[in-house]
Amino acid sequence: MTMQTLPRRLGVAVVMAVIVGFLSIKLNTFRDYQIAEVATEVTAVAGLTVLTGLSGQISLGNGAFMAIGGYTTALLLMHLNWPFFAALVASAAVAAAAGAIVGVAAARLRGPYLAGATLMLGVALPSVAYAWPGVFGGDQGLNVAFTTPAFLGATFPLTRWQAWVSTAVALVTLVLLANLCYSRTGRNWRAVRDDEVAAALDGVNVAVTRILAFVVSAVCAGLAGSLLAIVTSLVAPGAFTITLSISLLTAAVIGGLGSLPGALWGSLVIVLVPTYVTDVATSHGLSSSVGSNIPIAAYGVVLILVMLVFPQGIQGGLRRLLTAFTGPDPKTRTRHDASAAHVTPSADDALASQHEKEGTS
Amino acid sequence: MKRTHRLRWQAAAIMTVAALAVAACSSSSSSSSSPGSSSSSSSSALTASAPGITPTQILIGSHQPLTGPAAPGYSEIAPASAAYFAYVNAHGGVYGRKIVYKYLNDAYDPTTTASDVRQLVLQDNVYALFDGLGTPTHLAAISFLNSEKVPDVFVASGCECWNQPTTYPETFGWQIDYVREGKILGQYVKQHFAGKKVAYFYQDDEFGMDGVKGLDDEIPASMVVSKQSYVDTNVNIAPQVAALRASGAQVVVSFSIPAFTALLKLNSLKLGFSPTLVVSNVGSDAITLSGLLEAFAKQGGATVNGNQLTNGIITDGYLPTLGNMSNSWIALFSKIHQQYDPKAPFDGNVLYGEAVAYTFVQSMLKAGRNPTRADLVSAIEAGLPQGPAVAPYAYSASDHSGITGAYIGVIKNGALVQEGPVLTTDTSASGPITTYTGTEQQAPASGIPSP
Amino acid sequence: MPVVEFLQFTLSGVVFGMIYAAIALSLVLIWRGTRLLNYAQGGMAMFTTYVAIEVIYHTGSYWAGFVVALAAGVVLGAVCQLTVIRPTMNKPPLNAVIVTIGLLILLEGLAGIFFGGQYRSFPAAFSITGLKVGSTPLGVSRFDVFVVAAVLVTTLALAAAFRYTSVGLRMRASAFNATIARLSGIRVARMLTIGWALAGLLGALAGVLVSPSTFLYPNSMDAIFVFGFTAAVIGGLDSPVGAVVGGLLLGIALSYVAGYLGSKGSELTSLVALGILVVVLMIRPDGLFSATKVRRV
Repeated sequence: MTMQTLPRRLGVAVVMAVIVGFLSIKLNTFRDYQIAEVATEVTAVAGLTVLTGLSGQISLGNGAFMAIGGYTTALLLMHLNWPFFAALVASAAVAAAAGAIVGVAAARLRGPYLAGATLMLGVALPSVAYAWPGVFGGDQGLNVAFTTPAFLGATFPLTRWQAWVSTAVALVTLVLLANLCYSRTGRNWRAVRDDEVAAALDGVNVAVTRILAFVVSAVCAGLAGSLLAIVTSLVAPGAFTITLSISLLTAAVIGGLGSLPGALWGSLVIVLVPTYVTDVATSHGLSSSVGSNIPIAAYGVVLILVMLVFPQGIQGGLRRLLTAFTGPDPKTRTRHDASAAHVTPSADDALASQHEKEGTS
Repeated sequence: MKRTHRLRWQAAAIMTVAALAVAACSSSSSSSSSPGSSSSSSSSALTASAPGITPTQILIGSHQPLTGPAAPGYSEIAPASAAYFAYVNAHGGVYGRKIVYKYLNDAYDPTTTASDVRQLVLQDNVYALFDGLGTPTHLAAISFLNSEKVPDVFVASGCECWNQPTTYPETFGWQIDYVREGKILGQYVKQHFAGKKVAYFYQDDEFGMDGVKGLDDEIPASMVVSKQSYVDTNVNIAPQVAALRASGAQVVVSFSIPAFTALLKLNSLKLGFSPTLVVSNVGSDAITLSGLLEAFAKQGGATVNGNQLTNGIITDGYLPTLGNMSNSWIALFSKIHQQYDPKAPFDGNVLYGEAVAYTFVQSMLKAGRNPTRADLVSAIEAGLPQGPAVAPYAYSASDHSGITGAYIGVIKNGALVQEGPVLTTDTSASGPITTYTGTEQQAPASGIPSP
Repeated sequence: MPVVEFLQFTLSGVVFGMIYAAIALSLVLIWRGTRLLNYAQGGMAMFTTYVAIEVIYHTGSYWAGFVVALAAGVVLGAVCQLTVIRPTMNKPPLNAVIVTIGLLILLEGLAGIFFGGQYRSFPAAFSITGLKVGSTPLGVSRFDVFVVAAVLVTTLALAAAFRYTSVGLRMRASAFNATIARLSGIRVARMLTIGWALAGLLGALAGVLVSPSTFLYPNSMDAIFVFGFTAAVIGGLDSPVGAVVGGLLLGIALSYVAGYLGSKGSELTSLVALGILVVVLMIRPDGLFSATKVRRV
């Protein structure tokens, strides 16, 4: 998709909003809940795909930013009775601050070192809730009260309102991210990702560019955490484990790293595939331990197969099929191939130069 | 792979996925059903009196950790309940209706629990949520269930939070809560180990902290020389055990899950530390502990099996002791277990699952031939006979907590032996602990409660 | 006595640290050879330990199970590399990470299907009763000494193999520059497979050494893997010495935190690990034992 201009992006967003609104009324209330889940995932995955795909910084800990956003919202709603949208903005701000701190700490880290540091962040941050249980509710977490606003009437299902709110936040996030990606900031991100030294020589402030990417992805994750709080009506450490961070990265890569439509495909896979496979397994009367583990094993197989069959993710696969039918698009081809291959560019260079220094060790 | 080959694979994959997705959507989407008529007349015809109830079946749902770090042990409970329901179904069901028990895996993740519970209520239209397992997980479901007015019965957790009839009128606990347990164990320690040094070892969540609260209600602070906690994600508890030993404790009261009770024992062995162990029921199932310790029995100085390492552990119990086949409940549940759930060992988790399922059938029979959801809630609030529990339930309109007491027991030769009477109490700091003088019930001959 | 306590904390920290070091070493091995992060390393170790317990259960011999576990680790590592990792070799690097994540999930599911999800008690090779100096327990057992010795011996054996055998030379050449290695006649693909096989062996070793303490169930290696990965990053992913140092540092530090800070300590364990990691990486962004880089302009 070559949505290059703001009106076109807004148009796409409006069309999607209408489609989702229509679906949320036509489908049953559980599907509304799934729409809300997907929208929450998309918000977080979009930020991560920008961070890892466009800016080349791997993060295995974005679940921590979701936790920060979620707990901020829960605390503001619980103690200060803020309206939700004010709490949402505040959560984004707090997450942005956290993203800046992490970005600064991670500014010099590359590749697996960045992965390791963000992994530990994702593991460690939820334990703050255990360490200060008076404030954060400890293991039990904090309850989040969220109701439909009065003007919608008493019979408006809560799940539909949750779907609308989440979708609205997700679409706004996607439009803003799309603008950012095609702006100078986005070009700086890609420049730093592809060749740091050349970008620095060109006058790009490498550190600020990288930190900004972290801030942006943290804001997206913070918004998603806030949505998660009102959709599940609870924030607890058990909801923000490392499994969440890993599933965000998985969604980003499966969908197509660096692409915003990819965030949608990846989120759909993450939310819908496990439930679908569970339905298939339980309907065959297997023993509980076998029956409950088949969906797990199947999900693992799905991840492996998708990566082997669609190395560029689902979005990349769709694009290839499209070009197979319509002919190659000269604008997108070279840029796409170049962007996909350079996620951790400096590791090989570092190793080569290190070996040169060390001699033959 | 060559590019053209991969293209074909990709196209095939996309089309397969699309086809499956269409098939899945069309097969699993269901319209929301409207609640049936709420007449609970005494006519003999069975009607669809509530969502989840048809003339032939009762559909109930649950969320359970079937996989993931919380699965060992707890994943045995739901199949055991299903076994009891299968037995009831084979012997006439509940007023002729079969119980269909649909339990979904939440892997102990509250986000998944929230999704599972909404699926059960909004899509599958279950009549009630039964035995939802876990405190942080069930807290993700409780507001939704109560706002949808779905009965939320017999939560599998000892948190006091299920006893809030004004805020959560649909929710009921079942097992003895952790504060009550702490008080009962604490009183035993105070009475039998007066003058000795006592230390606590507890899990760092509301299970452990509620237990400590109960202990502190009874054990004078001057006796307690150390309090060490652990988190269940870190198995290296050697530092904590070293600290316990350094404090000179002669009695260690442990609110731990079975794996960590076993680790406490193993680490104590390593340090040459042999305090008397007093363990919460949650972490003291003799069969589970023996199983965890059996690989070490030879090195620990025992010559036979893991049983030697569990000898002398003091704990509490609120269901009949497992080894006592002359107890009518154990005989009944053991028979059902062998017939319907034979692969699992007949241990504390299986007993729990069957006992709570029995309680559910009791309450359904009491709710009437054509019950509404409100009928189930009223039936429980009117009080239930205690069934397999050793102490009465607290169920009333103002109290939604379950079993009110337990007995103290000691593990001998791999089995729990009751020592002393059943003690009942409440959850307040100063509430007395009284000996229960009522008689325990016998299991019905048919194995099915009478209406 | 505080000295005794300090000794006990230190020694127990060393034992767990060596477990983390074993996982870290296997990650370093794969990183050096193939520039990949193997997120499934813990899962592979869990699976081979299940194979071991089945052998022990059916033959009654611990050492049979031990040897089979190591052999299974070699086989599993090689099979994984040949089937699912090799196709990702010239693709974006994150694809391989996702494949290993999928592999981890698959292995955990398969373990649940084949072996059940309940706890299995895994035996220790030697006595677990504590060793004493006089009447003071040291807080370690004969088995703990075996753990430390086994990891050290395996590390030294691998280091010697890399330095003194021709296979080791070929593996180092392939990692250094695959193209030139191929031009010299080295079967690079085979070297990569051997690297994964050896990593599988190290992981299997870690699994049988730690499973007595964690009990064996499908997710039992998850937390160990996280600390092992952290240890590898602290030490520097290119350095086997760094892996061992990182593991020891982490194990001992966390032991002090849990021991001296009481109940707060157990909550703060992972935060302290994060703190150590951040401090080390701020000073040396490529880990403790990385060579300083020359910045090319």
